[in-house]
Amino acid sequence: MQEGSGPLAGVRVVDFTWALAGPGCTLFLGMLGAEVIKVETAQYPDAMRRGAYSVSGDLDSSPTFNSANLNKLGLRLNLRRPEGVQIIKRLVAVSDVVVENFRLGVMDRIGLGYQVLRQVNPTLVMASSCAFGSTGPWRELAGYANVFNAMSGMGSITGYQDGPPTELRDSIDMRVGTNLTFAVLAALYHRQRTGVGQYIDHAAAEAITRHLGDAVMDYAMNQRVTPRRGNRDPLMAPHGCYPCKENDTWLSLAVGTDDEWRALCLVLGRPDLAADPRFADGAARWAQQAELDSIIGAWTCQRDARQAMQELQEAGVAAIPSFSAKDLFEDPHLRARGVWQDVEHPKLGTTHVQVPPWRLSATPASVRRHGPLLGGDNDYVLCQVLGMGAGEVERLAGQQVFE
Amino acid sequence: MTAMAERDLLAGITVLEYATMVAGPYCGKLLAELGARVIKVEGPGGGDPARRRGPFPEDLPDDELSGLFLYLNTSKQGVTLNLETATGRDLFRRLAASADVLVEDATPGVMAAIGLDHDALCSLNPRLVYTSVTPFGQTGPYSQYRAYPMNLFHAGGEGYTLPGSLSNELFPGREPVQGGTYLAEYDGGLHAAIATVAALIARNLTGSGQHVDVSKQEAAMMLNLLNIQLFANTGELVTRRRSYHFGGIFPCKDGYVILYPREDRHWQGLTAAMGRPELGTEERFRTWEDRYRHRDEVNAVLREWVAAHTKEEVFQTAAPSGCPAAYFATTEDVFHSPQFAARDFFEEIEHPSAGRLAYPSRPYGFSEAPRSQQGPAPLLGQHNREVYCGLLGLAPGELAELHRAGVV
Amino acid sequence: MSRMALEGVKVIEWGEYVSAPFCARTLADMGADVLKVEHPRGDRSRRHGPFPGDVPHREQSGLYLALNANKRGITLNPSKATGRAILLRLLESADVLVEDQGASFVDGLGLDYVSLKERFPRLIVASLTPYGRTGPYRDYKGHDLSANAAGGISFGNGTPQREPLVVPAAQVSFMAGLGAALATVMALVAREATGRGQLVDVAEAQVVGVLLTGYHLPTYIYKGIPGYRAGNRFRLGLYPNCVLPCKDGYVCINCPQMEQYQRFLALLGNPEWTNNPRYRDRRAMTEQYPDEAEGLIIPWFMEHTKEEIFALCREHRIPCVPVQTIQEVVHDEHLASRSYFQELGHPDAGRLTYPGPPYRFSATPWGLRLPAPTLGQHNREVLCDLLGYIPDDLPRLRAAGVI
Repeated sequence: MQEGSGPLAGVRVVDFTWALAGPGCTLFLGMLGAEVIKVETAQYPDAMRRGAYSVSGDLDSSPTFNSANLNKLGLRLNLRRPEGVQIIKRLVAVSDVVVENFRLGVMDRIGLGYQVLRQVNPTLVMASSCAFGSTGPWRELAGYANVFNAMSGMGSITGYQDGPPTELRDSIDMRVGTNLTFAVLAALYHRQRTGVGQYIDHAAAEAITRHLGDAVMDYAMNQRVTPRRGNRDPLMAPHGCYPCKENDTWLSLAVGTDDEWRALCLVLGRPDLAADPRFADGAARWAQQAELDSIIGAWTCQRDARQAMQELQEAGVAAIPSFSAKDLFEDPHLRARGVWQDVEHPKLGTTHVQVPPWRLSATPASVRRHGPLLGGDNDYVLCQVLGMGAGEVERLAGQQVFE
Repeated sequence: MTAMAERDLLAGITVLEYATMVAGPYCGKLLAELGARVIKVEGPGGGDPARRRGPFPEDLPDDELSGLFLYLNTSKQGVTLNLETATGRDLFRRLAASADVLVEDATPGVMAAIGLDHDALCSLNPRLVYTSVTPFGQTGPYSQYRAYPMNLFHAGGEGYTLPGSLSNELFPGREPVQGGTYLAEYDGGLHAAIATVAALIARNLTGSGQHVDVSKQEAAMMLNLLNIQLFANTGELVTRRRSYHFGGIFPCKDGYVILYPREDRHWQGLTAAMGRPELGTEERFRTWEDRYRHRDEVNAVLREWVAAHTKEEVFQTAAPSGCPAAYFATTEDVFHSPQFAARDFFEEIEHPSAGRLAYPSRPYGFSEAPRSQQGPAPLLGQHNREVYCGLLGLAPGELAELHRAGVV
Repeated sequence: MSRMALEGVKVIEWGEYVSAPFCARTLADMGADVLKVEHPRGDRSRRHGPFPGDVPHREQSGLYLALNANKRGITLNPSKATGRAILLRLLESADVLVEDQGASFVDGLGLDYVSLKERFPRLIVASLTPYGRTGPYRDYKGHDLSANAAGGISFGNGTPQREPLVVPAAQVSFMAGLGAALATVMALVAREATGRGQLVDVAEAQVVGVLLTGYHLPTYIYKGIPGYRAGNRFRLGLYPNCVLPCKDGYVCINCPQMEQYQRFLALLGNPEWTNNPRYRDRRAMTEQYPDEAEGLIIPWFMEHTKEEIFALCREHRIPCVPVQTIQEVVHDEHLASRSYFQELGHPDAGRLTYPGPPYRFSATPWGLRLPAPTLGQHNREVLCDLLGYIPDDLPRLRAAGVI
């Protein structure tokens, strides 16, 4: 297949992941240049093929599945057949990385646990991610993003001050996948230098808790539970999300220094506020933030969010609309940075996807291809990678190895 | 170097970190945790502003006791350096000349203006991986824009979809909210760490370093690729009105829980665990489509059961049934989680000022690289002598002179 | 402990480096309750040293530790509105404000004396500035070196052919601080009678000028002779009055009375040169050819040690004393017998030896009671316990640059 010029050019990944956390990891590995072969069975195709937000009938026509699985090749295999398992072993022998995010024990039951695969490939890097990791009392429990979000503590510190906790969803899966990617890359770097492979035991909930480490430190230090703060900040004010002219458009605005405050007052046309001792420093403004919120809200609600952003940013005030997907897709900055790329998809036609978020000057990461059709790359994998002849493929097909 | 350190995955890598607050330092922390030597360069005027963010023990501000700083800078060495002075810039060049990685978060153009941009440092040290982490990337019309963590979260497109579901029912029309604490900043730092290690992998092949431009906004967008690209490809817009078709968040006696019986086996397991196995096979709830059609009834059943129980009861009953179930853990719950304890997720680290505290540690175990004890965050300028005299070979007298001159 | 002379006097010190802190320290030693208000970046003297082992440490600078014992300390930046409000609240219960902030600066903050007087009629404001609060130099910057120069003391200090010298170790600043302390006490005495406070405008350079009162100034006014540098001897007067080298250091000799001089010559064995008329005019020997005259006796001093000379001179009642090194001062048995040096523990710097009482009152003691405060050590005690802030406010005040 088309190898990337990225840092992982020449690295092959056998990808058993499904839903989003695991596929997020292999998405990133693929963007970095690895050849990712996604293994699915006809009986249990990746649930995301049915769509995440809107339900799709055709397993090859979900734009969200496509987004999460760009660059990957599709291998459809029947892992209940010993021949299917055998094919995986042959594939792992010529690969570098295996990633999976089944519940604990599934890979072992299929006969493809790390102890088996390391016999096939002693320098293999294998990463397993599950909700709580492979040890501890909760190791067997199932989890989706909503479980990681809730149990990690992130949900409880996100939301309105007077409201319930918040369900962060697919972004949480992607965070888990991002975290897993880092672990895999560190292991690959180490393998490059030492020739030693690795098994990685990854806990999704822990990966998210790391992103609120400072809040947990408050508990460790003061036995104090971090509350939900809405858009407010414990130290800065004003600090909020203010309504703009168009329905359901919002401007996030934060002032962290006295200079920014004075700049804000000028943009608001209120030099009197800049001179008002009640607002003259951060501590004073914080004590008066409700009043400031209403002053700022009265100004923003007369204005277009993007224009307000420009005016404020030019004056040196941190203000960004709360961008919707639509805003982002149309955003001139992102367009100027070439964030959107067209990718042809056999079923969906021209799709619009985001290029990798890291710009590497010498070995760029890339989107090179649409996501896999179910079994869409069986021929390539079986014949080109594993060197099977047409006869062997046909014989195995006859034994329902690819069903 | 000890045998244990050799097994650290990133042993032998030296990282120069010239970054503040969350994203850049989190990148540095992730690298340090796996064995890289990270030298954190702090500017004059009190160093990293994270030192003033807290939380502080008993709320007493002290630049050496900020929880945010302590957490994000574990296992690093700390030096002070004033890049506004020519001598400071010269010392920085000398540090960069012997480093493998530079992580910086200056506003685009600032490093170039002081002669410390990628081109300048790369000519001194072609093997240097130069990672820039900024809100909107090095180029484009917003490259000079300011963004605090909340702004950044909203810039990435996720804020617009939060808080959603139950919050939206209770408070329709309210504003979007940010993720807890510094979420998008952590995301940006993690992405920077990924790109940095990827560039180190590439260096092993090409022999050369490179410039890595990480836009925190794009990193945040990438995490929200499903909803953002859904719009790009279908025109369907995800907003705060989003919720699960059925299941989701429910209030219980002492908090909130999540129940998400998406698959048939989840529903059957859950209803059995609730002591109502008949619901599992009842016609109107049998398949996903059935439950979707009768989602109000499904939710009523769940809501009523949950309301009569504590979060611990719901979790202990529902989770073993195979149905995704969880409670919204507070930081206290997290801190006392038996699961985290069983995995030694919290690691005790002794700090000269803060004493012994438990820190969240790494969520991955490596079979061939056992976890090594992490060190505390550096005091301001703690390693000046070690780095300037030990690494760069300055005489102690020169260091004292630099201190008096305000360079370090 | 018996009641101290200034017990009950509340002093707010808003100053740094030497003069203002030494003023407040002098008051604190006699029992005043001094609260040091320190800029959040810390008193400049914290960076000055000397440091144990030459390792710079904010809490271990010898100059800072010496000048700020007996005080409590908070961080506060009155340039911020909230900082100003806090300072004003502290002044409500204060008797004295010692500050060194510069006339225009305090005026700009609305903390000029007229405003303070209006609010706090009983407050004594001791204002230390290089050149005073009025006159053309009022806004000039200055430090110890420039006060030496401007005050006229440098011009007369040093050897004749070389550039003027400062009095070392910031002595001019110490003098200014001592002068300010004295003036403050006088203002306190005056307040007993009038019931009103006042501004004590201390110009550091003028304090130095006062030190010249007895010698250089009258010499100029009466004789038209400007200041001059005479090296280690008096320019005028009777031979010998100078510092001379000896076998292991230096001694200082001054024999204004004829009997003293004769005993000195006897000790030297009434040498031959005493018969030479050129060496009989003691005034000419000092004022016209001192090098030549001192050359006559240096050989005798060079044959003896300080200790021997001191013993002989005491025996023969000749005013001549050794020039002591700092080490000799510290180990001086006379000082030891008066328990001059005292030890004090400090949380970061450990136990250190401090100079003790410069004067002893028979009824109201001088006392070394508290180590110098660590940066912001009493923030909580003062802001929360005294002024009613809640602990949660403190991080905000810190982030806003107020404390």
